[in-house]
Amino acid sequence: MITRAQVRSALATVYDPELDEPITGLGFVGSCVVGETGDVDVHLRLPTSQCAPNFAFLMASDAHRALERVPGVGEVRVVLDDHYTGEEINAAVGSGAGFAGAFPGETSGDLEALRTLFRRKALLAHQGHLCARLLAGDADPIDVVALRVSDLPDTRHAVRAIALRDELGLPSGPDTPALVAGDGTAIPAGDLAGWLRRARLVGLSLESNGGICRSLLRVRYGVPDPTEEVAA
Amino acid sequence: MYTKDGESYFVLDSHLHFWDASPSNWIKGQEQYAKGWIECFHAYQGLGPPETHWSIEHFQKYSEADFEKDVFQDGHVDMAIFQSTYLRDWYTKGFNAIEQNAPLLDRFPGKLIVNGRWDPRDGEAGIQQLEADHARYGLRGVKLYTAEWKGSSRGWTLRDPEAVPFLEKCEELGIKNIHVHKGPTIWPLDKDGFDVSDIDQAATSFPGLNFIVEHVGLPRIEDFCFMATQEPNVYAGLSVVVGGLMYARPRFFAKVMGELLFWVGEDKMLFGSDYGIWEPRWQVEGLVDWDYPDDQFSDYPRWTTAAKKKVLGLNAARLYGVEVPAELRLPDDVDGGAPADPSSAQLVEGAA
Repeated sequence: MITRAQVRSALATVYDPELDEPITGLGFVGSCVVGETGDVDVHLRLPTSQCAPNFAFLMASDAHRALERVPGVGEVRVVLDDHYTGEEINAAVGSGAGFAGAFPGETSGDLEALRTLFRRKALLAHQGHLCARLLAGDADPIDVVALRVSDLPDTRHAVRAIALRDELGLPSGPDTPALVAGDGTAIPAGDLAGWLRRARLVGLSLESNGGICRSLLRVRYGVPDPTEEVAA
Repeated sequence: MYTKDGESYFVLDSHLHFWDASPSNWIKGQEQYAKGWIECFHAYQGLGPPETHWSIEHFQKYSEADFEKDVFQDGHVDMAIFQSTYLRDWYTKGFNAIEQNAPLLDRFPGKLIVNGRWDPRDGEAGIQQLEADHARYGLRGVKLYTAEWKGSSRGWTLRDPEAVPFLEKCEELGIKNIHVHKGPTIWPLDKDGFDVSDIDQAATSFPGLNFIVEHVGLPRIEDFCFMATQEPNVYAGLSVVVGGLMYARPRFFAKVMGELLFWVGEDKMLFGSDYGIWEPRWQVEGLVDWDYPDDQFSDYPRWTTAAKKKVLGLNAARLYGVEVPAELRLPDDVDGGAPADPSSAQLVEGAA
């Protein structure tokens, strides 16, 4: 018999591909019911009815896949609520028809290229946070670019950066560079300041989009927002 | 005009609307989209100060008197630009089509500029319509909404070959200001619908046109900034940035403003309230009062009085050829507007 906790932790492995945050932390899981025979019924909700169909599909299908991997699970049902393409997405996720099956004639391929693009952005953003921390206290850029993965602090950004390197097929062993360019090589010390400036902007973009999503979710569903800066 | 602490600001709101999204304007069979669209906008209004929130009924349709009060009387706005948005697949008369905006031009002479629109999927008929709109309204700009649905199509990009004749026609007619608004549904659906790289390509091919990217390309502000740094004719439209972040997320707002001032520069940023989503008053007053919250932001460019004057009105006045009263110009600006500073790209490279 599976537990609600198992279901929650399976859902916590599902990331919003655009924001690189777990859907559980974003408040996108509206409800989650585990039946007596192990059937799981999950409803997802998004900040607006017009959220991009490609990212919405990825989250719904990733959630479905993550739940099917829970040992002893019965029938899995994932439903995206209140979305303008919800009908198409729900039918395709339920039947395993894929994104092209959800929107026949409207796609040129699967969503892997899109997913990779946003993993690259997320990797840059996390590395920007790491780099800023490593440079704190006037550390020499030459020393910072020489650091290895084994030298990284045990932070959320480090853990996530390594996971993304794995998912992107970039080297991530203990003796590989702590900070890497898009091709997996170390960043030249002379380029570090400009690279950090770009990484910081990408990080800000992901965070401010996440902030807007949380604000809209609060307005739409009354979901409390733990990152809120101003009381509603 | 807005005056604070002895400084007076010419306010040109570069992005606002006069829409009708009331149920009587919803197309039969498309009600869920028409309703969903306006409810989505209404949720955005929730990001502004509570005392500026409207009921959904008021939000669906506001009157000319509301417009006058919110924009010109209370909102400190000297001049404003209507950005026409059609959405005729969902709204019978259009959401705020040019004919809906036009009557206000007569009511407030000299205070409003109406922008047209085009859609490359309309082909030759679209070119003719653009010519007719220009003949009637003397267009100085257009608003392009690339995510608009049309029949089975869910959007287009400026990279489409069909867009080229329209850009050429704008150049020929002197319609110099191309406002681009990205949305979530671009064909094919597996691509990033918010991607702004098509604007980059168009800006390079048409150096005589100005491309104003609305809501600074959000949610792709990073791609927008990298592009705006390299393209002298790409500008930042601040609608949504101010309305959606300044009150609700002040620390994010500070970082976003800092990044925009660094990458894009104070000469290429245009205030827009996005009214009726948000009223201009709190945005104008807030921008004049605003500064970085603490010294964590010390490596961003400063938000000076000159920067405020440019962003609130002088930059848009320059793009639209609007004569600004002498006392509201910057002291060194005797002829009413300097050209955009193309050196910002070098500035960034020098700093990087």
